[in-house]
Amino acid sequence: MAELNVVINDPGSGTREQDLIAQVQRGHHELFYELVRPYERRVYAAAMAILRNQTDAEDVAQEAMLKALANIRQFRAEARFSTWLIQITVNEALMRRRRERAGMIEGIDDHRDDEGEYTPRDFADWREIPSEALERKEVRQKLAEALASLDRKYREVFILRDMEQLNIQETAEALGISVASVKTRLLRARLMLRDLLAGGWDQGWFSRLPFEKGTKPW
Amino acid sequence: MVNHETMNCDQVWKEISNYVEGDIAPAVRVAMDDHFHSCQRCRSVLDGTRNVIRLYSDERMIDVPSGFGQRLEKRISQTVRAQGRGWAWSRWLIPIAALALFAGGLRWGNSLIKAVQLHSDRAQWVAKIPPDMKVVVSEGEKEFHVPGCEFIRNKDKERTLTAREAIREGYVPCPKCMRKYLEPESNANVVQEPEMRAENDFADDRESRFR
Repeated sequence: MAELNVVINDPGSGTREQDLIAQVQRGHHELFYELVRPYERRVYAAAMAILRNQTDAEDVAQEAMLKALANIRQFRAEARFSTWLIQITVNEALMRRRRERAGMIEGIDDHRDDEGEYTPRDFADWREIPSEALERKEVRQKLAEALASLDRKYREVFILRDMEQLNIQETAEALGISVASVKTRLLRARLMLRDLLAGGWDQGWFSRLPFEKGTKPW
Repeated sequence: MVNHETMNCDQVWKEISNYVEGDIAPAVRVAMDDHFHSCQRCRSVLDGTRNVIRLYSDERMIDVPSGFGQRLEKRISQTVRAQGRGWAWSRWLIPIAALALFAGGLRWGNSLIKAVQLHSDRAQWVAKIPPDMKVVVSEGEKEFHVPGCEFIRNKDKERTLTAREAIREGYVPCPKCMRKYLEPESNANVVQEPEMRAENDFADDRESRFR
């Protein structure tokens, strides 16, 4: 079977972005918003993944954008601009969280061994869920709730890798953890979400979707 | 050690995320493919994992607060405008600094010029003596005189030079023969410095003694 090949809608693949970057680097800062606009949602989501507070996430997202503007000359063309932005955002968010939690005791789950195995619980016959399902707000809400229920260390890795499209190495660098830890956490996050959403089928989240009677969406 | 030819379910689950990533050795991939063909449970886990990734990677899963984009654009615009004002101001910084330096230099230069200007009315009187005027000095004396001045001592050792040269050598004008140069145009308007007064008193005293 072929591996999953997630097609990423990366607005930075064209020469328009490269041209914008070059112009902003030459001092045309008025073009900066045009440059970052395609990524503003992902930047916010990265901040939200770390901080889990809308106000803080928006503030950090703005700060990260301004930091990117201030350091735009340091951006090198060999990197993806979106990745560079996300890494700045994650760094800003982690610093904000450290400041706000200074002196507080970290949650015990943050130090738990990553190596413990996770065993899937639901083995019913699954089929692909149509992307139209995401048009429904309650489906998005249930997916968001499932993600929010994960321990922080799993949630952060999953968001940076599977939602923000950083690669394994970039995710490890952004969070300051090893590549092996990223892989272990990612596996657990994916399997846990799969089980969580499997339970959602039984609770009728996808009941109005055009699935075959008696089958689950995956 | 995993036997890649026959992987059990536990082994497949441990590698399923790497399998989806495509980050797996070819031999392991072949073994997992074989397992998926024969194991409905693991195929379910694989399909579910792929669905999770596909769903969450969708942009629609990112929910931003209403007005987020506008607020971000406004913040960036404000910052860029502020930078622009700063830049416009800084563009004038070098010319302004150069002008200030030039003005300061002029002021400093003027202060130097004033420093060599005459500081007292007495000095101004000296300045009234024609610099090329022939005067005489004599050895052991401190004053220079109009040739033939009766107050020249050691006349056998006198020498002639210009007033400029005499002043440069440290001689002071004779208060008698040079009186017309030394007196202010209007004595009533000149307040003599104590030193000047003392010197004049001394000259008067010396004049009386020579008489």
